[in-house]
Parts: sequence; C-alpha cells; structure tokens
Amino acid sequence: MKSGSIAIVGAAETTELGKIPNMSQIQLHADAALNAMSDCGLKPKDIDGIACAAEWPTDLAHYLGITPSWVDGTMVGGCSFMIHLRHAAAAINEGLCTTVLITHGESGRSWIGSKAMGNNQASLGGQFEIPYGCLGPPTLFTIPVLRYMKDRGLSHEQLANVAVVQREWASMNPRATHREPITVEDVFASKMIAYPFHILECCLVTDGGGALILTTAERARDFPNQPVYILGTGESVETPMISQMQDFTSSKAFKVSGQTAFREAGISHSDVDHLMVYDAFAHLPIYGLEDLGFVKPGEAGDFIWERNTAPGGSLPMNTNGGGLSYMHSGMYGMYALQESVRQMRGIAPAQVKDASTSVCHGVGGMFGASSTIIMSNEAP
Amino acid sequence: MAVNPKTLPKPTPETQHFWEGSRVGQLLLQQCDSCQHIYFPPRPFCPDCASRSVTIFQASGKGRLYSYIINHRPPRWIEAPYSIAVVELDEGPRMMSNIVEVEQTPEALILDMPLEVVFDAVTDDITLVKFKPASTGNEA
Repeated sequence: MKSGSIAIVGAAETTELGKIPNMSQIQLHADAALNAMSDCGLKPKDIDGIACAAEWPTDLAHYLGITPSWVDGTMVGGCSFMIHLRHAAAAINEGLCTTVLITHGESGRSWIGSKAMGNNQASLGGQFEIPYGCLGPPTLFTIPVLRYMKDRGLSHEQLANVAVVQREWASMNPRATHREPITVEDVFASKMIAYPFHILECCLVTDGGGALILTTAERARDFPNQPVYILGTGESVETPMISQMQDFTSSKAFKVSGQTAFREAGISHSDVDHLMVYDAFAHLPIYGLEDLGFVKPGEAGDFIWERNTAPGGSLPMNTNGGGLSYMHSGMYGMYALQESVRQMRGIAPAQVKDASTSVCHGVGGMFGASSTIIMSNEAP
Repeated sequence: MAVNPKTLPKPTPETQHFWEGSRVGQLLLQQCDSCQHIYFPPRPFCPDCASRSVTIFQASGKGRLYSYIINHRPPRWIEAPYSIAVVELDEGPRMMSNIVEVEQTPEALILDMPLEVVFDAVTDDITLVKFKPASTGNEA
C-alpha cells in the first residue's frame, strides 16, 4: 500500500468483554460494528466494503444491512483482521470502495451461535499430527519452545516473566480479565498445561469482538476522532503443521510480514514508541521481538527481563495486558489492533506518553500465518 | 495410548503408500529424482523444485528428539501425562510423533537424544509411527 494514504477513523470493541452468554457470535460482530460506526458517526449505508473471518461476509452484510462493492473473507486464524486491513487499504487506493468495515466477534467461551472447526482426518495435519494426541493450541503452538530454549539459552524464569510483565500492564486496565499482580513463582505454582507451559503462560478463553472503519487519509480529517494513519503493512503464511515449521527458533511468516511492513513504512526500529505482539502463549512476544528485528536472536528473554517492555521501559509492549491477561476469544488480532488505535488516539487506560508510532504484529494458526500493521497519529 | 476413531488418519491417494508401509513395519519417505531433496509429509511431487519424478524409499528409522511438550490435559481416551514430540530423522525431514518406552518426564526426555522407530498398530488399517530411545550407538 501507499504509506500514509489510508486511516482508521472508527474503532471499538464489543460493549462487554469476557463472558457474554446473552449474545450469539454474529451479534458480537454487530455489537462491535455498531459501536465502531457510532464512534465515527457513520451508518450502514455509508459502508461500501466489508471484511470478516469465522463468519461469512455474506452473513455480516445481510445482518448489518450493508450493500458492499468490495468484500474480503480471508481466514488464516487470529491475524486475519490485520490482513483484512492490509487488503482494505489496497482496495480503497485502487478505487474499489471508499469506506471499509472490518469486524470480529467470537463466542470463544460461551459458544453461542459458533461452531468448532473440527478435525479433517484426511488433511496432512489430520493424518500426521492430530493422531499423536494433539488437542488444540496448547499441545501444538507450544512445541517449538524447548528447542528455542536449548538453542538460544532462554530460561524457564524468562518465559514465565513474559506473563508477569504483561500482568503489570493489565493491572492498569479496568477492562482486563486478570488485574492482580503475579510473580515468576506464581507462574511456576500454577497448573501445568503442557510442559513447559503453565496455565499463566497460556492465553485466556473469553467472548468478545471488535471492529474498525477505514477510509482515505484525505477524508479522515472530516471525522470526529484523531485519525490513525496506516504507515506500513505486511502478510505471509508458512505451514498449517507446526512440525513442519522450517526453523523452530524463528517464524518465517513473522520475518516476511515484519520486513514488508517496515520497508513500506520507511521507518526504523528506533522510531517505534509502542508495540503489540500477539501473545496466545508466553513465547510469542519473544519470537516477535526477534523476528521483527527489535533485538537479535536470543536476546528477547533478557530484553523483557530488563524491563524494556514493562511500564516505564523503552519499548512498551502489549499494554492492554495481552491475550495472557486482557482477553483472548480465540482469534486475538482484532484486540491487538484496538489497543494500537487507542494508544495512537491517546486514550488507552495505560497510555504511553507522547507515543506517535505503533507496530501491531499478529499470528494465525500455530505460527502458520502472520500480518504486521504499522500506525501513526501524525498526518503524512 | 487408546484410540478415538475421530482422530485417526484417513489416508488419501497421495499418502496411501505411507500407511501401507507403516502397517508392515516400514517408515517410508520420498526423494526427488531431479534435485535429490528428501521430504515429508507425502506428496506426489517435490516441494522444492516441483518435479513430479519422485521415488519412495525406506528410511533408516533413526533420528533425534528435536522438540516436545508433555501434555497434562489429556483427551479422555488418553492417559496423561504423555509426550507429543517432533523427531528429526537422520534423512533430514521432521515428523510429529510420541516418544514411548520411556518415562514421560523432562528428566528422561532429553533434547537431541537418539531415537529409533517403533510401529504402533492402533487399528487393523492404521499403524502409527512412534519412537523410543535408541538401543545402541545411534549418533544422531
């Protein structure tokens, strides 16, 4: 995309987060969409492009009363919304539409109006991974970390510390699911899920949703909120099978996506004031910091331990508390985007002072897909 | 490990040879005739150079423990804790498996330990490829 040509003008999460048994999944999409439209003063008739994952764009268009001239239903897991944002920016610049609504809603905890994806026993994963007792992300996403720990020298304390630091951020956020401070010892004392991961190193399971509205940077000035400009975007995919990930200490999709976004934005790492790295499990921010190039391979554990990403640090990361403490409905990318937007608007509960550039990095599947969005509150 | 029919492999035309091999105690890999790349999981073409000329061959069955987790939250048909491991075969490719005939503890499961294949006939049709600590001098 052309750097700075597109802006986010509307952004909102569902009214409630956490346990929402009184709403179906499509209504979570709608609740977030109505909040985002109200945030920027638009109505369904003003929207001419839509994108969503898990629900079909067709269902969403009908439910919300939108007649789009552009749709995107890309579904590659939790970073799908970042990829939607990238595609939407390109589509607006190409003149395919003018105003795009991206929605997410997920009844990940209450399971109202949503259905499990199920196991395709004939897929390569269904034949060559699932039969070995793999049962969802805790038994798959976690597998590379022991190899990382041996090759890069990461300690169990440093892995646990990722959750400890993010809880510090969550403690400042009234909407976070867990706000009580924790220690490394608390993490070690918590229930073992899949060695070496304790439950406090695994994400929450919640209900919720979020929505974003994008238009051209030129038009963005006419909206009520501080526009959040898109400086750079990236995307890639690697493999649906964690056992076939090329390098267990680094994600190829992270690197391709991150490098593309930084190149597009034309910024350097020292320009970044705020960072979100999708944290389904405690090792993801470590891979993210290294694969995005903020630190060298093997340095991320120390970098977090030395409080660089903690409140008051040089690179505030996962300032909403992350998937580990804020919320995680299954596909977390939308909530990372929402926190980046809040930070750029200057309205985050744990606001980073004078932050003007935010990097928001997502994962889909088990290191299977990735997307990176770089935002700024300064007009290009 | 007990079996849930919904988590058993369903062979396809492209993978049938692998499951026929494991049923008779052979771990089968594929090698590209054009670029010599050895790969897994099965496909009737080389994922490196796209050649359709590939040869199925029997692997040594030796490898090393590349990475793993120990699952403490089992599905109801499996007794926990149990390891889910990625094995790096001596021929190069990696594959998901379980490490058996050894305590399922971090102390007993040491990264890079040499392993050898065992065949677990979970049904009449499906034999899963698993691994155990190597018995003798396998310098993986």
